Amino acid sequence: MDQILDGTDQIDCDILVIGGGTAGPMAALKAKRKNPEANVVLLEKAHVKRSGAISMGMDGLNNSVIPGYATPEQYTKEITIANDGIVDQAPIYRYAEECYGIIQELDQFGIRFQKDQNGEYDVKKVHHIGTYVLPMPNGDTVKKALYRQLRKARISISNRYMATRLLTGEGRVAGAICANTRSAEFLVIRAKAVIMCLGAAGRLGLPTSGYLYGTYENPTNSGEGYSMAYHAGAGLANLECYQINPLIKDYNGPACAYVAGPMGGYTANSAGDRFIECDYWSGQMMQEFYDELQGGKGPVYLKLNHLAEETVAEIERVLHIVERPTRGHFHAGRGTDYRKQMIEMHISEIGFCSGHSASGVFVDENAKTTLDGLYAAGDMANVPHNYMLGAFTNGAIAGTEAIDFIKDVDFAPFDMGEVEKERDRVLAPTKRDDGIPPNQIEYKTRRLVNDYLQPPKVTAKMMTAQTRFEEVRHAMETEMYVKDSHELMRALEASSVMDCADMAASASLYRTESRWGLYHNRVEYAQNDEDWFCHTIMTKGEDGKPSSRKQDVKPYIVEIDEDEKGAYANQRVTSETVAAE
Amino acid sequence: MPLAHTATSVPVTVNDDLCIADKGCTVCVDVCPLDVLRIAVKDDGTKTAYMKYDECWYCMPCEADCPTDAVTVNLPFLLR
Repeated sequence: MDQILDGTDQIDCDILVIGGGTAGPMAALKAKRKNPEANVVLLEKAHVKRSGAISMGMDGLNNSVIPGYATPEQYTKEITIANDGIVDQAPIYRYAEECYGIIQELDQFGIRFQKDQNGEYDVKKVHHIGTYVLPMPNGDTVKKALYRQLRKARISISNRYMATRLLTGEGRVAGAICANTRSAEFLVIRAKAVIMCLGAAGRLGLPTSGYLYGTYENPTNSGEGYSMAYHAGAGLANLECYQINPLIKDYNGPACAYVAGPMGGYTANSAGDRFIECDYWSGQMMQEFYDELQGGKGPVYLKLNHLAEETVAEIERVLHIVERPTRGHFHAGRGTDYRKQMIEMHISEIGFCSGHSASGVFVDENAKTTLDGLYAAGDMANVPHNYMLGAFTNGAIAGTEAIDFIKDVDFAPFDMGEVEKERDRVLAPTKRDDGIPPNQIEYKTRRLVNDYLQPPKVTAKMMTAQTRFEEVRHAMETEMYVKDSHELMRALEASSVMDCADMAASASLYRTESRWGLYHNRVEYAQNDEDWFCHTIMTKGEDGKPSSRKQDVKPYIVEIDEDEKGAYANQRVTSETVAAE
Repeated sequence: MPLAHTATSVPVTVNDDLCIADKGCTVCVDVCPLDVLRIAVKDDGTKTAYMKYDECWYCMPCEADCPTDAVTVNLPFLLR
């Protein structure tokens, strides 16, 4: 295993789904169900059984829109306000309308959702306006349940293949070039449509522990989706809207104050006082968190030690079994106990992830990117605040839309020269006898991301980052050296990380205003609605470098009243809020 | 530019007495989302799983899915 072999195979399929985590399996299932004759291939660089952000499951749905508890109008309004209004509402509205059907389907797969004594969904209120949070008592079974469905539907699964570039021809997608992670053999897959479900760019910033893989996101999600879409010519939206999350310091897993919130837990400063009104994430909430960390009242803590034993035990049961189960080990090792003391929190390194913020490969309400035949869903597609249920729902939309698309098309032609060029690029680190290992290329890129791109954003620092990135990129292209195919996978990931770092710097420099609280806090510029109430769309420019343009926000489907717009703007607890409690 | 071998304590440990890699089991190797585990041949010729690459997210599928409870996931020292 892991030796580097020479070889290139070619296969054909109707629909190629890249990424077997959350959105991918659902896209493949829905496509196959809509047209059982279609040849659907699901590609995964690890093994579909346990791959992706939810490898150990999920503790609940953050954004369920269930009739009787919330309406699509209300949800669309909530997400619009939480993102400073810079959203196309159609994809959010379509998600909100269709997600309940997906919940029912997941229920049939054997994934249970919490119900109250009357048998009704036990939905909790965490957001400012509506009620959307639904716990999942057996959330640890999600991946197993999905895998059973994939086997039942006879989806062709290709594990251990990592897509490296998309193929295009006649202005549409033609397939993908892939390398085997355990043999470096190449596979060219011709497809009439491609659905990208490659997750977040979770290895962009460097966690302060210095441990490359101690990231907030599953580090297997290293930004390939963003990088491949970019090189294929698709547009990416609002990449300056970074993802930054509150977390348990050093452990770097989610603090889940929104899980503890409905049970009485909250985020506090060192005095044990509440300082934000609501634990639902937004850029402004993260700005308040950051200010508290930097101010005299830091650090920031998760406060549960005022709660009853039964309540703490229940919170532990939820937080220590699913999603990140080593959290319990972490607390045991540190000798920290929710009952006895507050738990120190911090903010995460930066990343790209539409799951929690608003950036990603641009898609419309049909999960369609700006490149014909190419669809995207989950954490890499820019449907804001999409989380796990968004990945499932938009994956389902992508699968059914792609089936409609392939009805009238044949394979697009592509240039075999592109495959040869890609082989040379990918295999270059295997052809050297000596050089710099991928982990050092990656460490340096990510250390520079922390030093120069992390908000508060400063123009001169970001320009320095661009210069230094060019130096590291040059070293990556001329000196990177790998000994086996596993390291080659890491080398390819280092290249995606580098592309994402370039895109983050370029997108942030383009938007000369501050927006989304901490996510794009550009200290030299204030918020400026007049010039910047727009999306920014990045594509690969003629010179091979990122190029940005403005794009209008589509007219709203659900109008926002003036007095509602501020719901997410004022997050800090004031003396009046305290008095009202 | 020679490459050095720098020692690192790795998070995943395997109890050789319980590991049934010798019987052909590769469950932990298969389920690791980062593909960092491999099977080694010991001095006596029998096989056992081990963590080959220090690229762990301490996410736990290897421990959870091991049929003989041979795998333990510890947090990396840098985070502990």
